[in-house]
Amino acid sequence: MINKKECVAMLLAGGQGSRLFALTNKIAKPAVTYGGKYRIIDFPLSNCVNSGIDTVGVLTQYQPLILNDYIGNGEPWDLDRSYGGVHILSPYQAKHGSEWFKGTANAIYQNIPFIKRYNPDYVLILSGDHIYKMDYADMLRRHKTSGADCTIAAIKVPLSEASRFGILNVDEDGVIYEFEEKPKKPKSDLASMGIYIFSAQKLYKYLEEDEADEKSSNDFGKNVLPRMLAAGEKMVSYTFNGYWRDVGTINSLYESNMDLLGEPEFDISDPSWRIRSRNPIAPPQYLGDESRVVNSIIVSGCDIEGTVENSILSHDVTIGKGAVVRNSVIYAGVTIDENSTVDHAIIDENVKIGKGVKIGDEQTGGDKKITVLGRDIVVSDNKTVESGDIIDENV
Amino acid sequence: MSVLGLIFSNIHDNNVPELTAKRTVASIPFCGRYRLIDFALSNMVNSDITKVGIITKSNFQSLMDHIGSGKDWDLARHYGGLYILPPFGVTESSMLYSTRLEALKSVTGFLTKSHEDYVVMSDSDMVCAIDFKPIIAEHVANGADMTLVYVKKDGVVNGKDNVFLSVGQGGVVTDLSYGEISGEANLFTNIVVISRTLLLSLLAEAFSHGCNSFVKDIIATHVPFGKVYAYRHVGYYEEITSMQKYYDENLNFLNRNLRDEIFRKTNVYTKVKDSTPTRYGGNSICHNSLVADGCNIEGEVYNSIIFRGVTVGRGAVVKNCVLMQNTIVGANASMNCIITDKNVIIKDRRVLSGSENHPFYISKGTVI
Repeated sequence: MINKKECVAMLLAGGQGSRLFALTNKIAKPAVTYGGKYRIIDFPLSNCVNSGIDTVGVLTQYQPLILNDYIGNGEPWDLDRSYGGVHILSPYQAKHGSEWFKGTANAIYQNIPFIKRYNPDYVLILSGDHIYKMDYADMLRRHKTSGADCTIAAIKVPLSEASRFGILNVDEDGVIYEFEEKPKKPKSDLASMGIYIFSAQKLYKYLEEDEADEKSSNDFGKNVLPRMLAAGEKMVSYTFNGYWRDVGTINSLYESNMDLLGEPEFDISDPSWRIRSRNPIAPPQYLGDESRVVNSIIVSGCDIEGTVENSILSHDVTIGKGAVVRNSVIYAGVTIDENSTVDHAIIDENVKIGKGVKIGDEQTGGDKKITVLGRDIVVSDNKTVESGDIIDENV
Repeated sequence: MSVLGLIFSNIHDNNVPELTAKRTVASIPFCGRYRLIDFALSNMVNSDITKVGIITKSNFQSLMDHIGSGKDWDLARHYGGLYILPPFGVTESSMLYSTRLEALKSVTGFLTKSHEDYVVMSDSDMVCAIDFKPIIAEHVANGADMTLVYVKKDGVVNGKDNVFLSVGQGGVVTDLSYGEISGEANLFTNIVVISRTLLLSLLAEAFSHGCNSFVKDIIATHVPFGKVYAYRHVGYYEEITSMQKYYDENLNFLNRNLRDEIFRKTNVYTKVKDSTPTRYGGNSICHNSLVADGCNIEGEVYNSIIFRGVTVGRGAVVKNCVLMQNTIVGANASMNCIITDKNVIIKDRRVLSGSENHPFYISKGTVI
């Protein structure tokens, strides 16, 4: 047997996602539901498989139970392999003490032995925070043909927002000469997407140096990449032109879901770039005699007697007679009883909403107040939840 | 106590010739996202039967495609799991079996090599959710040689394959009758619980006497010994015995109580496809209908069963229809009481109508 893979992907999935508040109380950010039947991690995982990368280490740390269960043996992504496949990598105890992952770089550093089992030439570093479709194989070609030691995927952002990102300053060949983490006065609009390809030996070298530096906060963007650049390693950018969204905040998660409606800005139905997910076991969706469903996307198992407009429903959602759901994202197993209204809200899994409840309100303009109900919450009959409230206990 | 499942996939192929032209009765699409065998297979899996043989005969490519390794039913296993039992020449005159008994003859090797105590046999032309665990328990408690599962049917039951049970004291089967019947009757479901070794010895005896009917030569001749028991299944049970029945039973699932009984009390497993969620357009109307994932609904849908990946164009009106996978209904088309098989294309502005007691069937891949 050939004990070698050309490229191994390492997916950083340990983030808490604290800006998603109630949605990540009990689950890690990459396991958050998106687009009805997906979870955020389906996108990087599907991208890997569609790019021909069949060995993926998923680094988990924060509330990993649901995420681990969801990934399982990787079968939905055809990542149940006898050599390679998907592996959950948790922090572990070793002979010389045990450590949580201190930062993104430290998380990879602690798992160098995993990477070395596959003796790869290249290592792809991914995060589980973004919604996008990207051919990593094309990025790898760019890495190889440019002779780089590190390639960073980058996307053009409005200059006004550039100070929120890691900004790459590049020459005409895309060679990076300066790397600025969240600059106050950005010199370019090319933002790092947090997707890196390293030549494996260089990655090991710089992770070891970073680990030895006690002052380092062990972060790729803040420490490892600047160190490599300072040492004169060849670093290039790979420009991505497509839909890419950080869904790390309530509003960005909401807006990205809404991007799937109408003439969608983001196409998830392309058969040549299938987004795979674990599928629910549920019968087809049922729409009753008085239902009204317009401009919405809905998953199997739903039972709808009321009105659904401009919304996204995950599997097994029940909406009673006279209930109205508008401009909202409803996760799996939610029940909304008769004559309740929900507007501009994200309702997490298995929430039970009684009769005559009012949640959120019509929102216009750019800065919408999105109402959020955390998982398993029960809202009693005739209660009101104000716009923009984030609720994580029964009402 | 271990149990082996055995499913007949072709026995009733002739009942619905249009739908089985290119598939087995087991792989007839049903209720939006299922195939008929999903019900028989899920019954097995939900009853903790983890080794299931599926007897095939002809046209079983679509069945193989659907079942795959069995992983969607948790039947892809190192020990047990799913066994597809392809046709095996059993008679001098013809290469393929023509009766249930001959079908069983072709799998005696499989039965002999198995080590399970009991065998549950089931057809795959019916829709039901039956838990075999209490049936097997009762079979054991009765010290029965065979337990036959039946349902009560009122009124005339058509179909030449029907077998009816006379049930005496203590649930013992006293007689079998065949054909059509009027009034209340105990319809045999062809679900049988029997010990594996007894089945093998009864089969060997029947073969040596040149018998050819499992019901008449094995079950009926065993009835006088008084150890053939009946078990009544209370609940929904329907066989897909004709195109009309196929249509009626699909639409029957618009009834919420039935959906709850079949889909919510247990799981019905089926092949998983990475369909996208279904998309409803800005002017869509969809009333009293079941819609699977991966559809695109721009027009109007009433009282219909819509399978995966169906497109209903702008201004189109679909009423009382069963539209199988990937049917495309063009803009402003109008359809009433139509069954479309897979990949049918109805062009813009076409007007098609069948009748509720005579639905119009459009075969696979037709363009109208």
